[in-house]
Amino acid sequence: MTTINVNGTKRQVDADPETPLLWVLRDNLGITSVKYTCGIAECGICTVLIDGEAQRSCVVNLEEAQESDITTIEGLPEDHPVKVAWIEKQVPQCGYCQPGIMLQTVDLLSRMPNPTDEQINDEMDNVICRCGSHPKIKQAIRFAAEMTAKHGG
Amino acid sequence: MKTDITRRSFLKQSSLVIAVTAFSSPLRLFNASPVRAASQLSFKPHAFLEIATDDTVTVWVGQTNLGQGTHTGIPMVIADELDADWKLIQVKPAPAGEPFKDPLWHAQFTGGSTSIRHRWDLLRTVGAAARQILKQAAAQEWGIPVETCITKNGRVIHPDGKALSYGRLAAAAGKLAIPEKPALKDPKDYTIIGTQRNRVDIPDKVMGRTVYGMDFTLPDMCIAVVARGPAYGAIPESHDKNAAMALKGVVAVLPLENRIAVCAKNSYAAIKGRDALNIKWSNGSLPDMDDAYLDRVYSEHLKKQGASAKNEGDVKTALGKAATTLEQSYKINYISHAQVEPINCTASVEKEQCRIWAPTQGATTFQMVAAKLTGLPVEKVEVNILPAGGGFGLRGEASHVTDAVLLSMVVKRPVKVMYTREDDFANDYFRPASQCRIKAGLDKDGRLVGWSHKVAAPSVWSRIGPQMVKNGVCPDAVSGIWDMPYSIPNQLVNYVMVNLPIPVGFWRSVGFSVNVFTVESFMDELAHAAGKDPVQFRLAHMEKGSRPYNILSLLAEKGGWNRPVPNGRARGVAVNSCFESFAAHMAEVSVNKKGAITVHKMVCAIDCGTAVYPDAIRAQAEGGVVMGMSTAFHERVRFENGGVKTVNYDDYSVLSMSEVPEIEVHIAKSNLKAGGVGEPVVPSVAPAVGNAVFKATGVRLRVLPFKRDMLIKG
Repeated sequence: MTTINVNGTKRQVDADPETPLLWVLRDNLGITSVKYTCGIAECGICTVLIDGEAQRSCVVNLEEAQESDITTIEGLPEDHPVKVAWIEKQVPQCGYCQPGIMLQTVDLLSRMPNPTDEQINDEMDNVICRCGSHPKIKQAIRFAAEMTAKHGG
Repeated sequence: MKTDITRRSFLKQSSLVIAVTAFSSPLRLFNASPVRAASQLSFKPHAFLEIATDDTVTVWVGQTNLGQGTHTGIPMVIADELDADWKLIQVKPAPAGEPFKDPLWHAQFTGGSTSIRHRWDLLRTVGAAARQILKQAAAQEWGIPVETCITKNGRVIHPDGKALSYGRLAAAAGKLAIPEKPALKDPKDYTIIGTQRNRVDIPDKVMGRTVYGMDFTLPDMCIAVVARGPAYGAIPESHDKNAAMALKGVVAVLPLENRIAVCAKNSYAAIKGRDALNIKWSNGSLPDMDDAYLDRVYSEHLKKQGASAKNEGDVKTALGKAATTLEQSYKINYISHAQVEPINCTASVEKEQCRIWAPTQGATTFQMVAAKLTGLPVEKVEVNILPAGGGFGLRGEASHVTDAVLLSMVVKRPVKVMYTREDDFANDYFRPASQCRIKAGLDKDGRLVGWSHKVAAPSVWSRIGPQMVKNGVCPDAVSGIWDMPYSIPNQLVNYVMVNLPIPVGFWRSVGFSVNVFTVESFMDELAHAAGKDPVQFRLAHMEKGSRPYNILSLLAEKGGWNRPVPNGRARGVAVNSCFESFAAHMAEVSVNKKGAITVHKMVCAIDCGTAVYPDAIRAQAEGGVVMGMSTAFHERVRFENGGVKTVNYDDYSVLSMSEVPEIEVHIAKSNLKAGGVGEPVVPSVAPAVGNAVFKATGVRLRVLPFKRDMLIKG
């Protein structure tokens, strides 16, 4: 048994320590908002926050994750600026990629509270959205940044 | 259209339920079986619409939620004709069932941009009939003529101002006959159609609550990952079953004809189990097939005569007399759907029924495949359509439902067959590659006098529906050519079918995204040769006032075609008509000395008839630009050793955030029948960009994806 800390709760997991965190979260803990897409850290869709940093859970294994705080999209409050912005700007189409992209946005905004368009492009250039919600993602990131600024972060 | 509406008495839990059959003509409304309580999961409702005593209006949508907005758009149409209170609308997904079949295609299929355009009359009639009954119920209760009542926001209003809610009237309404020909609204009275609404599925998607196919689970379910040959036609010659079975969590190793499945208690064990099989595969059916081989096959086919798809006038004579003739070849490579959620299907074959849960675009197909495999009657096969992480045409394919059903029959428990990303690329039904040769002639005034177009390409329909291939012509191999939006007096279209082991399938807009690239690029070449403005040249070959003429004019006006181009940039346009809609794109680009193309701005204009859900149309148009640009710049599936060489997204790039330009979308005002949206917004993207690049550099890009080395200077 390995203990990991997910969304503020300690969870016991019976899995090989080499198991990618992606599959531990999905199959062992039933947290299916963490999506499988490429399995090689290429698309960003399985992104979770590990100690506040966006990481691709398909290439982090259980052993590496056990000392850390893991946050999935469920771990953000429903009124989190990024969630509010994603609804306000009607971002998702199929929506499959969005939890990962939203979590990467949380990381981005924690480092760059008021990102320029260029910074958004650079920071989000390594995620895949096949539906082409990119224009709305950009709008939502700016909107979330504005909301956070207004409410004093 | 003759409307034949019958009614049997139906009343259940004070609810009014109306459903509609799949007959295209006459349109028939009838009462479906009762809507079941949510706890009775073994059956699902057959109805579109239910009005409950608590005023809740439930709309069941049998179309797949691919993120296109249909689960909001369909209820918007019904709710508008019903005069429902939008706040009280509940949307629920419907399983495969007779009432949810496409009225024209007689199958439940989400594709071809049909969800609303094939149900335009049906959805409105369902809403209008319900509204009329509710009015009658209120009029009866009040003892006044029905004509004096009006409806608004889910209530019937008495001339003196008092009102009864739809829920309050549901019981009485359930006893009344359905009107034969309910009056449909005048479009000027629409209050929901054409307005901004929030998509009903977005909150769950944002909160991470949506259960996609990959996320679906059942008690005692096992996960299956299937090893398929690396080359087409390859079969396993040996494998190490014990190595796989030795892994913790692996439940069974099951050879299936030409593939081997590993069933496990969890996904990771299934993947590791497959790795452990260490399969030795036979050579495939065409072991030498690689990119160069394919190139040769296509160009050899292009030398053949082919089948005649269109022969109007006398092209040979017209071209012989032309003042100027141009002749060029174009080439389009294979591309993948690359939808983000891998292919998957869960099946539970039980004693007297089979249940399927899948993000499928082809619910009826799945039902029929499972019925055939299990020997069960179709009505004993329940297909639950789960939200899909993209589809773009691929999810009508059913090979994985076969695996899920067979495996569930063998292991006697529910099985979810899951593709890995590598499986997805290796087993896609690709958008066909294509090569073509076009020759056209202009008279001395720069008018087109003839157009000859020969296409060598595989046929999607020869596998999916061979009856669609007539006289050797696959309609989707020549779509966008034989029905191009231009009036040209002499036209010849020939088609040479290319048969290869590479499976091809529907890919968002099917043949149009291939052929519109060639037609619209060549139109640009002709405009240049004629010394004409590309917009004016196109308009001159269209019927003035026609829908393609108008949409191109709208694009030029809104996109500022005649306004000065910012320094260092150039513009290009393209237009297309498909799926009963008309779209045009304008690209604004710059190209640096190293040949790097920057698309600064894309403008899309679309006439899709009545714009039911404008926000979803804009979202589709933005997505269409991104996908179209992605095919222009990046996408290409590669082949080697008789199979697919492309493995994962690291060798199959799609457009990324920094490449996405500013996108402007203009929707034409129209009261006409709702047309398609998801597909028409794709085909004219790539040629608009290519035409802008030509304007910027003088270099014509005739290959998809673009070969940018052609643009490098010095």
